[in-house]
Amino acid sequence: MSGATLDPVTLAVLKGRLEQIVDEMDATLYRSAFNPTIAEAKDACHGIYHPETGDTLVQGSGGLPIFVGAMAFAVRAVIDKVAKDGGLQEGDTFVFNDPYDGGTHLNDFRLVRPIFRGGALFCWMASVGHWLDIGGNVPGGYNPKAVESFQEGVRIPPVKLFSAGKLNEDIVGILDANSRLPMSNWGDLNAQLNALDLGERRLVSLLEDYGDGTIATAFEAFSDRAEAMMRAAIRAIPDGVYSFEDVLDNDGITDDMLTVALDATIAGDTMRLDFSRSSGACQGPINISRSTTIAACYVALKHIFTDVPANAGCLRPISFEIVDGSLLGAGPPKPVAGYTETILRLIGVVFGALAKADPDRALGGPFGTINALSIAGHRTDGSRWVLFSFFGGGLGGSPESDGLNHANNPISTATIPPIEILEAAYPVIFRQWALRPDSAGAGTYRGGVGAIYEVESMTDADVSLLGERGKAAPFGVAGGEAAAMNRFSWKSAAGEGTPPMVSKITGVRLAKGGRVRLETPGGGGWGDPRRRDPQRVARDVRLGFVSEGVARDTYAVALAADGSVDAAATERLRNEEAL
Amino acid sequence: MSALGTIVGVDVGGTFTDLFYFDEAARAFRTAKVPSNRGDEAAGFLDGLKTFGALSALDSIVHGTTVGTNALLERKGAKVGLITTEGFRDVLEMRRRDRRHTWGLSGDFVPVVERDFRVEVPERTLASGDILTPVDVEAVKRAAEALLAKGAEALAIVFVNAYANSANEEVALAAASTVWPNDHIGCSSAILPEIREFERTSTTALNAYLQPVVGSYLAKLEAALDSEAFAGRFHIVQSNGGVMSTETARRLPARTALSGPAAGVIAAAAISEAAGFPDVITGDLGGTSFDVSLIVGGKTALAAQTTVDFGLVIRNPMIEITTIGAGGGSIAHVDAGGLLQVGPESAGSRPGPVCYGAGNDRPTLTDANVVLGRINADKPIGGKLARLDVEAAKAAILKHVGEPLGLDAMQAAEAIVRIADSKMAGAIRLMSIERGHDPSRFAAVPFGGGGALHAGALIKDVGLKAALVPRYPGVTSALGCVIADIRHDQVQTLNLFLDGIDATALDRRMVEEAEKAKAVVENAHLAVERIDVLFELDMHYVGQTHTLAVPLPVTVTEGSTGIGGSTGITEAMIADAFERAYQASFSRLLKGVPMRIVNLRTAVIGVRPSFDLAALAPQGGTVEGARTGTRPVWFGGAFHDTAIYARLELPVGAEVEGPAILEQPDATTVVDLDLKARIDAFGNLIVERK
Repeated sequence: MSGATLDPVTLAVLKGRLEQIVDEMDATLYRSAFNPTIAEAKDACHGIYHPETGDTLVQGSGGLPIFVGAMAFAVRAVIDKVAKDGGLQEGDTFVFNDPYDGGTHLNDFRLVRPIFRGGALFCWMASVGHWLDIGGNVPGGYNPKAVESFQEGVRIPPVKLFSAGKLNEDIVGILDANSRLPMSNWGDLNAQLNALDLGERRLVSLLEDYGDGTIATAFEAFSDRAEAMMRAAIRAIPDGVYSFEDVLDNDGITDDMLTVALDATIAGDTMRLDFSRSSGACQGPINISRSTTIAACYVALKHIFTDVPANAGCLRPISFEIVDGSLLGAGPPKPVAGYTETILRLIGVVFGALAKADPDRALGGPFGTINALSIAGHRTDGSRWVLFSFFGGGLGGSPESDGLNHANNPISTATIPPIEILEAAYPVIFRQWALRPDSAGAGTYRGGVGAIYEVESMTDADVSLLGERGKAAPFGVAGGEAAAMNRFSWKSAAGEGTPPMVSKITGVRLAKGGRVRLETPGGGGWGDPRRRDPQRVARDVRLGFVSEGVARDTYAVALAADGSVDAAATERLRNEEAL
Repeated sequence: MSALGTIVGVDVGGTFTDLFYFDEAARAFRTAKVPSNRGDEAAGFLDGLKTFGALSALDSIVHGTTVGTNALLERKGAKVGLITTEGFRDVLEMRRRDRRHTWGLSGDFVPVVERDFRVEVPERTLASGDILTPVDVEAVKRAAEALLAKGAEALAIVFVNAYANSANEEVALAAASTVWPNDHIGCSSAILPEIREFERTSTTALNAYLQPVVGSYLAKLEAALDSEAFAGRFHIVQSNGGVMSTETARRLPARTALSGPAAGVIAAAAISEAAGFPDVITGDLGGTSFDVSLIVGGKTALAAQTTVDFGLVIRNPMIEITTIGAGGGSIAHVDAGGLLQVGPESAGSRPGPVCYGAGNDRPTLTDANVVLGRINADKPIGGKLARLDVEAAKAAILKHVGEPLGLDAMQAAEAIVRIADSKMAGAIRLMSIERGHDPSRFAAVPFGGGGALHAGALIKDVGLKAALVPRYPGVTSALGCVIADIRHDQVQTLNLFLDGIDATALDRRMVEEAEKAKAVVENAHLAVERIDVLFELDMHYVGQTHTLAVPLPVTVTEGSTGIGGSTGITEAMIADAFERAYQASFSRLLKGVPMRIVNLRTAVIGVRPSFDLAALAPQGGTVEGARTGTRPVWFGGAFHDTAIYARLELPVGAEVEGPAILEQPDATTVVDLDLKARIDAFGNLIVERK
């Protein structure tokens, strides 16, 4: 690219213009997508990528955070394919969902389009969105019993969906034939194409305004700037090795816990993230590929260093040690559908390690599971229904505030569909949709509280769940305590049941009128709970978030009969505890 | 219908109350500006009105208010009790399971109704509208009494699926009313019978939160008006840009959330359309923010909902106003990556920019404008300060921006203005280009105190065709109050497949909705030329999640009795309207996929007699007489001797070549080197390329 420099003012202007283009691509996809996982949960992302390396050049302000990290690998997979096979032309668009070559899991369909200028490749634009069903043993793809990716759905390597502007109908035919919901996928594919068409038009118009050379120089400057900011952020952390580890309940096949361990080394303005002490690959679907691991680290760091811009430059000062073929470096055909659980644990581990280095920036562990719940049955007219959704929990406390109650996961900005939309679309009745008392980790700033969801099915139904946090709770930091664990149960005429594997199960048969119940974790606390303002503890008790027993035993706060703080008794309690 | 008599528009701002008086018979207008007194707005209100003579001589007063907006932003609403369906008391606090920012996980959320003021009662309605569990009337009464005893001042009742059948809510409302001591009580199906429980709960709760605040504010104003023997009509501007009676405002105060800014947009739309610019983008540059709104073909764009702050959602049609954190008080700084940023942090109006000398030492956009000579340091707007401190502003710019970037103070000041210009341009671009509008068809209409300083950059950066600066930018909102139509919006969720739809039943539904809304408009008792009825459907392809607004090409044709009537709607008409709307938004139609109607939206508009804006035009004057001198102003890297004019003295048809600065008591217009300006027949200033 050009070696010229741009004045900071033009650079700031271009940054805004380019981010707007990507934001508008996101908005176009959300609005025209079929399935709610894209339209409401925003499980999608767009960006502009480097012509030779595939590095992320520009990201929008929305976009699923985990994809922000993963998309560069997806574009690189196409670059590798073109390098091998050649034949790249203007008007081509590649489609694929290969999780080993570009990250995440089979439901995430990527469209990658080259943008040509004057006959030469200028950059790539890409779109990714989570499609509802791509075959496999379980509707929706989250098969907790998968031991190979073949049981999770169809795997498509990078292929040309459009060749020189012409749609290859055969590929659409293959995709259709491999899904339970081809119409939904077709709608989403068109919505992603709407987004790419719009992005290309907008980018070309910007190039016409400013000239290709200026934009190419700006791309380079954005990355350099992100790198400089990341180096400055790392330099502010004391040198040293900071270790942290956490566990996953099991892989859904064997009931053994799996470890995600990190040794983070800070040296000057560089950071080394060494995951070698983590478990080996497992049989079940919670493996992740190396590219997913790197993408997840990027998400974690962005949540800590929020000012650093989202492009490839911020990863330059960071090196990784990930063992090939391990839990965090899996290859084909290891199943990966439950990748969300593993990256949530991994993001928590990065928070935990850096909390040791810099407690004043630390975040308590977030609730740490997506709880992918599917309830499926047939209506009286014989048509099939599948209610599939992810659920919320609490975020961790921080030195600034309590954690947020009932939040989305750090890997997404997903909103949950309204129950009125769900009840209008599926034969279910929600019986409870509430905050969960005593689910937050105690702390000077406590975690956010988790939730309780109870759903009754109006037909016979099959239920499956892919969750986590059934054995190890979200951790506290800087003296804060752990939150409550995840709990799943069901009730039918035959009585109440819970999963033998705690958080993962398929094939629960629910008779009409039967109910399932999810109680999700809160977030971990920040700081010693005995230093929490007693008035805030009294308020938590008044609101029903904390029970009186916990107020007394954990927070060392005594309450009078009217619920107000008994200052003298509290002081006695807190002094005793301190002894 | 009857003609206008004398009418006054009143816009109460944080610092000043602006008024616009119009006597239609005499075609005479007057403006007034008096200090606002926060907490005792009635005093300023009366002071302002009295400048036009005895209040008993006025026929009507229309008011754009920020009392609701401020109560929301500062969390100073009433103590609200909420009664809801068993199992769902936390809907308001659980939101849609979102978080504040994409990146960064800190920050919590406190809802406007705390958990111990939210009470569940046995009742359940299904999505089909069938009642699974009738409401427990005694439980409702007990809950209302308990909430009252705890100190609740307003009561909201929200049941799950009440959009599909409001019977349980209505029974509960009747029961609660027997024990509730005031009018601050409402249920969700009467306020927003639309699917989505969080949005409906939030809107209903915020409405209750504002009821006592807006109610007592209106009572104070009405008492003050009574004390001066005012016998005319008193009305309020709503967020949709229409006017409503104070009775409706008391019942639906959530609809006043954007009352103040909406009035300004209405006036800008009327002024620019009369001036031959039907397509404009309005920009109101205040101390901390820049509010942008799009007007196409003389019509304002409405958004279905707004988020006042994280987790505080009001779902009602509102004039779509995009706000960015760039105002005169926005602070300029160089970030850790070496990039110049302006805002979002702001010095506000207190302590304000460095040049105010009130203690802030970090440079703001206003400081840059002062240093460059664009703002007259000897004649500050508003008249509170005698002089602005140019040297202090210059020193601050050099220290915080110049030195880190290796620029001198003048270059740094120019860079600050450029960044601010590009932020404003970005906001305008989002509203126009990014929605497929060609900017070269649009003019910018800057109003408020600072917008006209940046008009030239907006023309050039966005590629707009011109800028139109109204004759009195500072009283644009007050003028909007005078000319706004009366309007009432309603929504009803239908959830119907289009295929084989019962068009007769739908027609009946539409006529009913129209009659209800029409009654509200007629009860406002303001003179109208005619009443328009507009219908829109929220629709999508079956399987899609979001809906698209589909305007229907029908209205109600009156039956022989004057009521009854029909819309003549057909299935084919709806299908055609949907496909048109879909294609306008997205590139690909999905042939063969069935369509569904989610909501019916009805708007009834009482069109006010047209206001002759030519009344605003200047009488007499000469260009030479308006010229007050020259001063050096920095443009494009150097000082240029720049002509200064008293803008209000310029006659119709006057032409001024850039560089020039046009000053008036409430605004300053900058005409760049490569631009020129002229005064049109209405007294507007039109800035264009040379």
